[in-house]
Amino acid sequence: MNTALRGSHRTRFHPAAWLRQFLLIGATLLALFPGFFMTVTAFKDSRSYLDNKLGLPWPLTFSNFAEALHGGKFFGWFANSVIFTVGSVLLSTAIAVLAAFALARMRFAGRDALFSVNVALMVVPPVVMLIPLFQLFSDLELINTYPGVILLYAGLTLPFSVYLLTNFFRSIPTELIEAAVTDGASDLRVLLQIVLPLSPPALVTLVITNALWVWNELLIALVFLPSDDMKTLMVGLTVFRSRYNLDVPVTMAGMLLASLPMLLLYLFGQRYFLRGLTAGAVKS
Amino acid sequence: MLRTRGLTPYLYVAPMAAVLLLVFGYPMARVVDFSLRRIRGASGPFIGLENYRAVLSDGTFQEAALHNALLLLAVPLMAILSVFVAVLLYDRVRGWRLYRTALFLPYILAVPIVGIVLSYVFQKNGVLNELLRALGLEAFALDWLGNSRYALWTVMGIIIWREVGFGIVLFLARLASLNEEPLEAAQLDGVNWGQRLWYLLLPELRGTIEFYAVVSVITMLAWVFSYIWAISKGGPGTATQVLELYIYNRGLRDSLPGMAAAVAVLLLLGTLVLIAVLFRVRRSAEELG
Repeated sequence: MNTALRGSHRTRFHPAAWLRQFLLIGATLLALFPGFFMTVTAFKDSRSYLDNKLGLPWPLTFSNFAEALHGGKFFGWFANSVIFTVGSVLLSTAIAVLAAFALARMRFAGRDALFSVNVALMVVPPVVMLIPLFQLFSDLELINTYPGVILLYAGLTLPFSVYLLTNFFRSIPTELIEAAVTDGASDLRVLLQIVLPLSPPALVTLVITNALWVWNELLIALVFLPSDDMKTLMVGLTVFRSRYNLDVPVTMAGMLLASLPMLLLYLFGQRYFLRGLTAGAVKS
Repeated sequence: MLRTRGLTPYLYVAPMAAVLLLVFGYPMARVVDFSLRRIRGASGPFIGLENYRAVLSDGTFQEAALHNALLLLAVPLMAILSVFVAVLLYDRVRGWRLYRTALFLPYILAVPIVGIVLSYVFQKNGVLNELLRALGLEAFALDWLGNSRYALWTVMGIIIWREVGFGIVLFLARLASLNEEPLEAAQLDGVNWGQRLWYLLLPELRGTIEFYAVVSVITMLAWVFSYIWAISKGGPGTATQVLELYIYNRGLRDSLPGMAAAVAVLLLLGTLVLIAVLFRVRRSAEELG
């Protein structure tokens, strides 16, 4: 997809190159400023923060990080977020692969209706189901459990996963599949040995989109995981904030620590992030 | 198409159907049922549209609905801003890769982190106002989040700040996939920047703009809870109250699940109507084109 951008600099459409640079630098400063503020504040003590909120931190203070990590809650929240994200993305992907294979490559009664319902569900906001789901999960004693909430997240991301994979599986050349079938491959073998090996581009998109969604999710996590040991990082951060409300540097140290994993993933895997998040919309 | 025997296809779709029934089907049926009953515990007597009447005449609900509607005003703004920046980057200005990396960063930060950090930036004695005072713009150093006249607009600014990053990379990716030949031919014909944007690039971006508009409409109607929870929890007073928070508060804090369910049904209908309208607009635009 990047061939158009990879070439040399275009020269003719540069009537006001400086104006463009000026606008882009302004936008970049705007985009980076909150991150900059978070980072410099995390290295200040509260006194120097109050004296000068904008200035660079000097001398550097590291105690905010120790304070933020004190008690080890942070690591527990982080571990929970990882468990819910990995668990639900794996489950959602597995279920979607099976369903999308049938929807894209088999003929059966009710197939088109099933696909339409699935597409319609993509626009249903999770908050609509919140109250009945909470009652149901209370009755089934699934509140505060890993399996319960993993299932919930997998279900909420399932319509998008099925939609994306069905479209992708439909685009696989029929000849490849026909050839395998002529050789006597069963449908499960066709899926595992022909279709899936061709699917990494779609799977990357799926995993990145769904993982970001689950990692950032707040409402479900807040309602279905009330106990302190089960909190996700995002809910933990809002708790953390109210605890250290007046100590802004400690709060910022916590926020900085919490953003590091995604920042590092992004900076090292930028290609996958950008391609993954935009592929679905650009194909059409 | 694969030739499959009898029930085989249904075995493949069964797990999906089961999970969708549990997570969407059953709760959606129940939420409609709840909205027509006076719920105590697990269920309660049928009361017709009483919950809807109570909700519609509740001032807090009206404010919440108004606030979601106002947040929708950000959607065209976000689309225009991100198309504009994406087109600037598409011209491969010096350093466009670095700009892209930086401009997408806000979207990488999780919503609660963005909300919490920016709520300190916008504090009355926060860094933004300190900066404004240093620049001699004392008059603009407002109580951004503490004053109910500005709070919702500040929240909207924060949402735009993060979500535009996604729009920029989305439109840039679409532009990068374009066939360059017509664009180069136009260059030779001396087409200027504005003409190229209007006649050559925007028509190609239409599908992507639609996609971004649908995603953003859903965000503004039904995905702002995490921003609101991290920034203001609906305050000051009800200045940043939104429908999701209203459902959460009525259903779980005030134990009024019937009213919460009625709002959930209204929110679902509202979302569906708006998306249907968007697709309607698209179809008539196609007929015109």
